[in-house]
Amino acid sequence: MIKIPRWQVIGTLLIVVLGILYALPNLVPKQEAGELPSWAPHQQVNLGLDLSGGSYLLAEVDLEGVYQEMLNDTLDGVRSALREQRIGYTNLRADGNAVVFDLRDDMGLDRLQEVFGALLSNTLMTQEEGNQIRIEVTDQARLERRNAVMQQTLEIIRRRIDETGTREPSIQRQGDDRVLIQLPGIEDPEGVKDLIGKTAKLTFRMVRTDVVAGQDSIPPGTEVLLSEEPGPNGEAIRYVVEKRVMVSGENLSNAQPTFQDGEPVVSIRFDSVGSKRFGQATSENVGRPFAIILDGEVISAPRINEAILGGSAIISGSFTTKESSDLALLLRAGALPASLTYIEERTVGPGLGADSIRAGEIACILGMVAVLIFMGVVYGFFGMIANIALVANLILILAALSVLQATLTLPGIAGIVLTIGMAVDANVLIFERIREEVHYNNRSPVTAIDNGYRRALTTILDSNITTLIAASLLFFFGTGPVKGFAVTLAIGLITSMFTAIMFARLITVTWLRRKRPQSLPI
Amino acid sequence: MIALIRKVPLDPGFDFIGKRKICLIFSAFLVLASMGIFLVQGLNFGVDFRGGILIEIRTDGPADLAELRSELNGLGLGEVTLQEFGEPTDVLINVQRQDGEEAAQNEAIETVKAALGDRVVEYRRVEFVGPKVGEELREAGILATVLALGGIALYIWFRFEWQFAVAALTALTHDVIATVGFFALMQIEFNLATLAAVLTIAGYSINDTVVIFDRAREELRRYKRRPVLDILNMAVNRTVSRTAMTSLTTLLALFALAFFGGEVIRGFSMGLIWGIVVGTFSSVGLAIPLLHLMKLRASHVAPPEPTSQEAT
Repeated sequence: MIKIPRWQVIGTLLIVVLGILYALPNLVPKQEAGELPSWAPHQQVNLGLDLSGGSYLLAEVDLEGVYQEMLNDTLDGVRSALREQRIGYTNLRADGNAVVFDLRDDMGLDRLQEVFGALLSNTLMTQEEGNQIRIEVTDQARLERRNAVMQQTLEIIRRRIDETGTREPSIQRQGDDRVLIQLPGIEDPEGVKDLIGKTAKLTFRMVRTDVVAGQDSIPPGTEVLLSEEPGPNGEAIRYVVEKRVMVSGENLSNAQPTFQDGEPVVSIRFDSVGSKRFGQATSENVGRPFAIILDGEVISAPRINEAILGGSAIISGSFTTKESSDLALLLRAGALPASLTYIEERTVGPGLGADSIRAGEIACILGMVAVLIFMGVVYGFFGMIANIALVANLILILAALSVLQATLTLPGIAGIVLTIGMAVDANVLIFERIREEVHYNNRSPVTAIDNGYRRALTTILDSNITTLIAASLLFFFGTGPVKGFAVTLAIGLITSMFTAIMFARLITVTWLRRKRPQSLPI
Repeated sequence: MIALIRKVPLDPGFDFIGKRKICLIFSAFLVLASMGIFLVQGLNFGVDFRGGILIEIRTDGPADLAELRSELNGLGLGEVTLQEFGEPTDVLINVQRQDGEEAAQNEAIETVKAALGDRVVEYRRVEFVGPKVGEELREAGILATVLALGGIALYIWFRFEWQFAVAALTALTHDVIATVGFFALMQIEFNLATLAAVLTIAGYSINDTVVIFDRAREELRRYKRRPVLDILNMAVNRTVSRTAMTSLTTLLALFALAFFGGEVIRGFSMGLIWGIVVGTFSSVGLAIPLLHLMKLRASHVAPPEPTSQEAT
């Protein structure tokens, strides 16, 4: 008689029972799954964005811009420090990631160290041939800046998304300069995308009225910016604004959309530093216009009628209601430290997602029924055993997906359907071996079954391990949906080996013991 | 209880190996034809690999494809192709990769959406892959395929003899080429999911091959003195019912997927179906004759490991 060790019997049954328990929550609607008694498992299969609907956005942070800014800051700092100390220099310029200039008179690096002070904290200063001084931004400094920028970017994106009320967003850093944003089940992906992608850098700066853009030469320390809305002649208005910032968005304590004279506007409140600066700047410049600038575009340029000392102001600029509430949201959440570009987007509407789930379910059920009937007709009694194993297999796949919280994608469903077809393979291999044992070697039912299982085992392992190799490579090198496919394929392979080798064998052996058949129906 | 299997002979005694020349010629033809189609037609790369924009829309009534086509092609975004997708109201819009940086791609999406306007009831899908990501995905895809084939071959070499590994790798490459050829011929969109399908076929086909190899090795050990050709033929015959059975159940499941699984994965399922057929053929018609061509002898086969010895 075939002896299956007691621990194997208990272990096999335990896995099947646990599988059923952990698969069960998937049968109830999502809302009710949370209400299951606390002792029962209530994790459901995690649906990928292509099934639940939602957006997958991969964005790249402009780190080059950040490094450039770092270099420009150093350059500006060096220039003003040299001027302040009346040190003669020529040929001040940026070169790669370094600031380079020639000293008129050699004065030694120690003296320069003193002059520049804290400006050099992240740099390496060297003197090259002659009096050429080279101040290089160190890799370490760039790395630190990069990490700070990435962290802040993630934080700001999170705040913005939270403000829109999106449930369960996932925001992750990917690689050096990328951010992966996953937004399940959002209604208006385009709107959210716009909201996340805006830098939202707000500054208040004085407008120069003594020079006219396009006619006069632009004085140092100023720049020409265009208006966001076209002017009366249909073209954007050109403003000459000072580079020096009066107050920026960092000094805001609150921003709310509201209405003024029936027009949507944004009312802002400065924090204490911001109020002081804004108050001072406005009291010094009564009668002159200042520009409210968002991401390099002038939203409006009102004239200062009187000093604004209360610490609050209104931004108006022919907004729609939505624009004003979006702007208020962006100002509350803060500006991104660097600009963001989308490099990959995959958005699936809720309709297509639901259709895909339905189609997947139908394909699963039909495929399953076809295989069940086929196996029943071809293998009769043994086919029924294979069928029980097949059903157990599907339950175990569901349970494993729920427990591991692996993401089920549309190709993942395809993986399950494929597994249904391939899962009977292990059983077929075993049955064919048993058949040979019976017909060629005239073995008794017990020996035939024992030998059949034993001889098929290495074949089953070899053939499944090779497929597992393919699946694991798909997992490591695939992205998104393909990864999902690899996961279900791999889980399916493992559960199908288990159900064939352990579970189906247990059933067969139990049947042998009970019935003690004289011949096998195969 | 009916059990048709009792009517199926364990060893049909069919002369598979005698047909090896025809099989090899057919294999060679299949590979050459696939390569030819691939070179002439090329693959219909999806946005994943070529970069670009894919938008699936549902319109309020049956869509006027001709009108939409001429309108969208007049936007100056380069080539825009449209096709009906499953339902008369559903349209799949493919916009070619835009010149310039990723920002240009984002603007193109906006332009198309603005042009479509109110006619769209639902944006069912928007996929956009920038040139940079497209290139990365292409590289990762090629790497995954090469590594998968290499990894499988290594495992076979480790478990069997080198002749088996070479035969298996040749059969696998044959299946991959024939499947890529199929995608080129049918002009089914080749995207990340289809690549997954190709690799799955590699996995399935090797599964099939290993089962027959395993049997061949077992019989070679048992009948050291009989001609190798006879033994290879016996190995194929004794596994052929299993080969047919598994292929049939897998095809049953895949047909269910192709017909009812939805438009999005239809191409993927079609590729799998073709691949299963080719993979099954190559295991019997290519891998086994190759073993013979490499002059495999019973003496090449290592003695069985102690664990599998005890039976018989």
